[in-house]
Amino acid sequence: MLVFFKFLGEKVFQLLAFLGKISIFLAESIYHALYPPFKFRNLLRQIRFFGNKSIIVVVFTGAFSGMVLALQGFYALNKFGAEALLGPVVALSLIRELGPVLCALMVTGRAGSAVTAEIGIMRITEQIDALTVMAVNPFKYVIVPNILAGIITFPLLTAIFDVVGIYGGYLVSVHALGLSEGTYFAQMELYVDMEDIRIGLYKSLSFGLLVTWICTFMGYNTGYGARGVSRATTNAVVLSSVVILVWDYILGAILL
Amino acid sequence: MIEIIELYKSFGTQEVLKGVNLKINDNEVTAIIGRSGGGKSVLLKHIVGLLKPDRGKILVKGEDITKLKGNRLDEIRSDIGVVFQGGALFDSMTVYDNVAFPLREKTKLDRKTIHEAVLTALNDVGLLGMEYKYPAELSGGMKKRVALARALIAKPKIILFDEPTTGLDPILVHSIHKLIRDTQQQYKFTGIIISHEIPEIFEISDKVAVLHDGKIVEVGTPEEIKNSNKIVVKNFILGIENGGTE
Repeated sequence: MLVFFKFLGEKVFQLLAFLGKISIFLAESIYHALYPPFKFRNLLRQIRFFGNKSIIVVVFTGAFSGMVLALQGFYALNKFGAEALLGPVVALSLIRELGPVLCALMVTGRAGSAVTAEIGIMRITEQIDALTVMAVNPFKYVIVPNILAGIITFPLLTAIFDVVGIYGGYLVSVHALGLSEGTYFAQMELYVDMEDIRIGLYKSLSFGLLVTWICTFMGYNTGYGARGVSRATTNAVVLSSVVILVWDYILGAILL
Repeated sequence: MIEIIELYKSFGTQEVLKGVNLKINDNEVTAIIGRSGGGKSVLLKHIVGLLKPDRGKILVKGEDITKLKGNRLDEIRSDIGVVFQGGALFDSMTVYDNVAFPLREKTKLDRKTIHEAVLTALNDVGLLGMEYKYPAELSGGMKKRVALARALIAKPKIILFDEPTTGLDPILVHSIHKLIRDTQQQYKFTGIIISHEIPEIFEISDKVAVLHDGKIVEVGTPEEIKNSNKIVVKNFILGIENGGTE
């Protein structure tokens, strides 16, 4: 029994230490984001990395998410004779939930993992130390541009995801399932409010911060050698994915 | 002058530095030698403020660097260059961009002046013509040369070398040592070299300090160290295991 409590106590202390460390990391990032000099060139490069290079994967995921939503939604709504509501079902599911969540998960897998690995390698090959001794703050040069790029690009990518998803849903609903084009869009216009779009925007903004915060933190505090980097990358992706889903629920409950 | 006074550092229960005392004179090359894992690199990281000690002081330009933070620490650091063990070159940048980096980030010099400074630094380390190669395309010796060029370009008053010849063949070891000596005479910097290249390191050092078991056990000219009566120093120079006691 004593061993169990000792184990439990150690885990609790480890968790508290981790939370403290990651909070200080965020506080330091915010500080360096607010005070000059600003590294605009690095920010633009990271916006391109997160945004531009993620578009293809976001478009594919968005299109098929919308298509499958339409397919399954039609099946369910048909049972109640409510197929006319397929447009709003697809749009609301995408805008409020699936768009921000799936987009964040995809970008975490594509760009978040790469950011962790890159910063991790910079750490183990002493490139971070080299920046520090050259009096170039690594937070300003490496961490802040990534976090800001995440906050800027996630909502934009989510918007692309939503639009492509709605169009995918339209293709299946109208051209495969025979729903009228007017019904699909008119009902959508009727039921989707600005509030729904705002909720999706808040979610994607917060996911952008969470994912880049976790991924940069894991890379910056990576362990030793190749195994340390691989472990940091895995932990970053797993933790980001779990946090996305948990935070989605919490934010959803608050904003509902 | 750099003065290290009673420096202590532990990682968990492992005591690495146990009261290091050392004076490093200006415009001289001081080698810190000792066995691998003996705390040499830890000592070097303290000198540049990458690690904070548990106790003790490091006076650089009369200021205790262990107590400094923020801009003041950065000001002191701008007078210090570091050549890391693996070079620590930015692998996403070309040789040219690596060498230009300190000037681009820390000065307001125009593009033409930076270009000339980069070419001069690369010429000094014998790498002119390699500007547009990436670090991954360079040999170990070339990487160390680029790292030296990057350290030299800002004309620091102090340059720290963390095992600059580890992993190189004897000819390259000699060539890097000669390069350090030549550039030191040209740029007149204070050099601190962490090394265990015996006896080659004696040829380029004005002073040698032996770090053993977390303490400096002897400091002197290369000749004095070679003729030392201390068993631990003798054994280290002769490569005899069981370093012995002071």
